[in-house]
Amino acid sequence: MALVVYNLKVEMLREVFVNILEIQDISKIYGTVNALRNITLSVQQGEWAAIMGPSGSGKTTMMNIIGCMDKPTSGSVILDGDDISRLSSEELTGIRRDKIGLVFQQFHLVPYLTALENVMVAQYYHSIIDKEEALQSLERVGLQDRAEHLPRQLSGGEQQRVCIARALINHPKLILADEPTGNLDEANEGIVMDLFRQLHCGGSTIVMVTHDPGVAAHAERTVVLEHGRLARITSNPAKDF
Amino acid sequence: MKKNTSFMIKMLCCSLVRRRSRMAAALLGIAIGAAVLLGMVTLCYDIPKQMSKEFRSYGANMVLVSSGRESMNLDDAAKAVRHFPEGALVGMTPFRYIPVRHNMLPYTAVGTDFDAVKKTSPYWRVSGEWPAKENEALVGADIAEYARISPGRTLAIDGRNSKHAKFEANITITGIVKTGGVEDGFIFMRLPDMEAMTEEKGLADVAEISCSAGEKELQDIAAVVRTDVPSLEARLVKRVIQSEAAVLGKLEMLLYLVTLVVLVLTMICVATTMMTVIMERRREIGLKKALGAEDRRIAKEFFAEGVILGLVGGLCGAICGLLFAQFVSASVFDRSVAVEFYLIPAAIAVSVLVTVAACLLPVRRAVEIEPALVLRGE
Repeated sequence: MALVVYNLKVEMLREVFVNILEIQDISKIYGTVNALRNITLSVQQGEWAAIMGPSGSGKTTMMNIIGCMDKPTSGSVILDGDDISRLSSEELTGIRRDKIGLVFQQFHLVPYLTALENVMVAQYYHSIIDKEEALQSLERVGLQDRAEHLPRQLSGGEQQRVCIARALINHPKLILADEPTGNLDEANEGIVMDLFRQLHCGGSTIVMVTHDPGVAAHAERTVVLEHGRLARITSNPAKDF
Repeated sequence: MKKNTSFMIKMLCCSLVRRRSRMAAALLGIAIGAAVLLGMVTLCYDIPKQMSKEFRSYGANMVLVSSGRESMNLDDAAKAVRHFPEGALVGMTPFRYIPVRHNMLPYTAVGTDFDAVKKTSPYWRVSGEWPAKENEALVGADIAEYARISPGRTLAIDGRNSKHAKFEANITITGIVKTGGVEDGFIFMRLPDMEAMTEEKGLADVAEISCSAGEKELQDIAAVVRTDVPSLEARLVKRVIQSEAAVLGKLEMLLYLVTLVVLVLTMICVATTMMTVIMERRREIGLKKALGAEDRRIAKEFFAEGVILGLVGGLCGAICGLLFAQFVSASVFDRSVAVEFYLIPAAIAVSVLVTVAACLLPVRRAVEIEPALVLRGE
């Protein structure tokens, strides 16, 4: 029953919202290396897309471009109405701050700050810190009791959940996850994927890079890159999420 | 915004404490720089006072002469001396020059106060005894050599008194004076003995004054003397004053040079430490940039760390610097140094400036770090 309600909700979102990310024929060349070649892709608001591919396929380059940390050599990338391929470095910083929530494979928590403070760091660079809101964000990932713990006092799964709480704190338009379960054991992988699923149910747009087909299968669509080219896009069965 | 500021301070403090061993190295460098800076500057301020006593061995630094053609009245000289600050005046020595003859050869006899000479001209080297009794005298080394005069010998001299009448006297040489200057060609006797020969009292041709004061202060005193005692003219002995200024100038330059070198070394030490810290924190900086931190905020955080280091290091260094100056002053000059308290905040401010300047290059490296490195798992 829950699955039916969830699928209905996803379909409703599709009808209401437009593409939040539109990638038009982008290429990225590093010296003589073509990291990406003529990629065209769109991600709708509320969609969960997985980007897969072997090492050297261009996943990281794609993430850098979507995450406003790099610009394509040619083509355009429209994120929430802004053509990020034409923005300055300073403007890209602003887009990253306001519209993107980043989840990293290695968590990248500031080691000398508590879980709560790590969440507040994102608030600090975004606007003004709000302890209550940061606590709520930790509560959302089930870590309200670990708020005052330092990263070294948390398990890998807990650190990743803090990283997710930090990504959510500024209400981003797009959650960009780079191998979010790459450093986790099976139990923690389940917890984290469940969190992503909840976020997706809540209407969050998620783009996730992974090399694990099992993890990619949780997404609605899997985009496969090979040698910098878009090899195929597959829709995953609804039962998988 | 207040919340953000307190959060930033917390981040900075945590970051500094976490890297306490590196920060201790940077702090030590800054503290040494501040200590040397404050110590040296304090000494530079105090050395002219410290060395004034030593400089008085150079001899008189001012002379009083008559502003007219006649001789100077000693009462006027005594009046002029009252304008010198008490404590700074080392002494005043009158000199009265008259021509005399001995064995038909002309000499210059100088009447003076030998107790005052010992104060104002401590560089006089006397072989034998200083004159203490009536008709005792010193003879200059050149005359002693030329006329083969040795201590204990009695010389018969003659000359003309104030009424142009001839006088004759026998003087006993008690010692031979050698200065390397014009004094080596004179015969020195007690002023009362000369006054008895010439039958005139209270006159001198020149009075030498030794005073522990700088050139500017002496110029001011000379101006006052010229106004208050018009019969006298006060002149600065440029040779002595300029020698003092040259010694002080070179000493100060040496101290400032040492300070400059130490500050440059401090800057290198801090810059190296900050560069290492930034290399160690590449991922953290990349993360902050990935989260949306602008370059100026990254720079602000590192400069703020520099300011904290500069303040703490500068304060520790200032305290050590005062102790260092006291130690040097006690060991070299055998007296305590006068502390100029306004130099403490100045030394701390210079430490902060040096630290911030040392952070320039490392901060530039920090803002150049790409946020993308956090996605590459570096």
